[in-house]
Amino acid sequence: MKTEDLIAGLAMEPGFPGPRRMERKLFLWSGVGALAAALLTVLVLGPRPDMDQIAGVASFLGKAGYTLALAGAGLWLARRLGQPGARAKGPLLALVLLLVGGLIATAVELAMIPAGERAAQLMGHSAMICPLAILGLGLLALCPAMVVARRLAPVRPAAAGAAIGLLAGGLSATAYGLHCAETAVSFLVVWYGLGVLATAVLGAAIGARVLRW
Amino acid sequence: MRGGERAADACPAGGGVTLPVEAANLGSNGVEDIDLQIQSLIALSQAGDRAAYGQLLALMAPRLRAYFNRRLQDPADAEDLVQETLIAIHTKRETYNPALPFAPWVYGIARYKLIDHFRRRGVRRHVPLEEAGEILAESDTEAGATRADLNRLLARLPARQRGLLEDVRLRGLTIAEAAPRHGYSEGAAKVALHRTLKSLSASVAADED
Repeated sequence: MKTEDLIAGLAMEPGFPGPRRMERKLFLWSGVGALAAALLTVLVLGPRPDMDQIAGVASFLGKAGYTLALAGAGLWLARRLGQPGARAKGPLLALVLLLVGGLIATAVELAMIPAGERAAQLMGHSAMICPLAILGLGLLALCPAMVVARRLAPVRPAAAGAAIGLLAGGLSATAYGLHCAETAVSFLVVWYGLGVLATAVLGAAIGARVLRW
Repeated sequence: MRGGERAADACPAGGGVTLPVEAANLGSNGVEDIDLQIQSLIALSQAGDRAAYGQLLALMAPRLRAYFNRRLQDPADAEDLVQETLIAIHTKRETYNPALPFAPWVYGIARYKLIDHFRRRGVRRHVPLEEAGEILAESDTEAGATRADLNRLLARLPARQRGLLEDVRLRGLTIAEAAPRHGYSEGAAKVALHRTLKSLSASVAADED
């Protein structure tokens, strides 16, 4: 067919959409998944027992702040990686800052308590369950986000998939925080971080297959 | 090309947009600020103007054709890639952020399609990352360069070097013609030009990092 005819055909459809439509869609659909994860957490696992106390709410909010920041970095990164010609420097820097900041906070927290209590502090009561729960709940956000992400145009599909996984993992970690009563910073950084990382790795594996275009 | 035919089937011929002559023949007046024109076409298209969208695609086609023709032996392959890239521009148009320059976005898509083409052929070929503005500068109708992107780079040069470079590389003067206009001897102009291009490519490389 002739290229002019192709152009005429394409121009029958609406042209460029308004700004930030892609971000909104990713946010909306991963948010729907996150709500489902939150609902599942509260209904099946049950809310953390200290949720009726200020300390409990404060602990939840603090953890949520960190995991939402990870999700935000994931959204930002996915948007950049999904846009030909865009640079991912900004979101990568944000991610590195979050990780380095978390590790520093972990080191400081562990350094301030007696050596004999460090292992107990780090392991908490649910170190083995936490990453698995976050990965499992993460699937609820990962699936819709990945479907929307198929509209992106990533030059590196696996990397974009990892960013989508980071978004989903950060959201599911936030949802899991509704249940998990662990308060240690080190626990958050290490075990929540591991759950988010696992979701990102899964996202990379899926993205390498489904985000090609 | 199959993808193209599908798109065409969905939109029967006859109802196509008519492309104003300015858009199709942009090449004839090389001084057109193409970046500005692209931005206004995108803004119009965001406001629902489909003719503007068609104009934008028509503006891209010869540039993509030149880009692929330069890199492929077979013009039929190049034309297939032009169509594939136009379709990709269309299906991925949501990913373009209007706050950013258009050239790198189009270039990114074209390059991805070119790499994809080599991969499908089983050819192992390195496709170097070039200055994205090239894609707008290249056109088989010898259209205007990407003034905005280019100006940004040129603005970093000292005025004299910049003038020399513009005369030689953009206006097509010979070094012998251009040198006296900027107070260079012919030999000095050659050296200056060489240094200028080197520092330009260094600053482009720095931008890429």
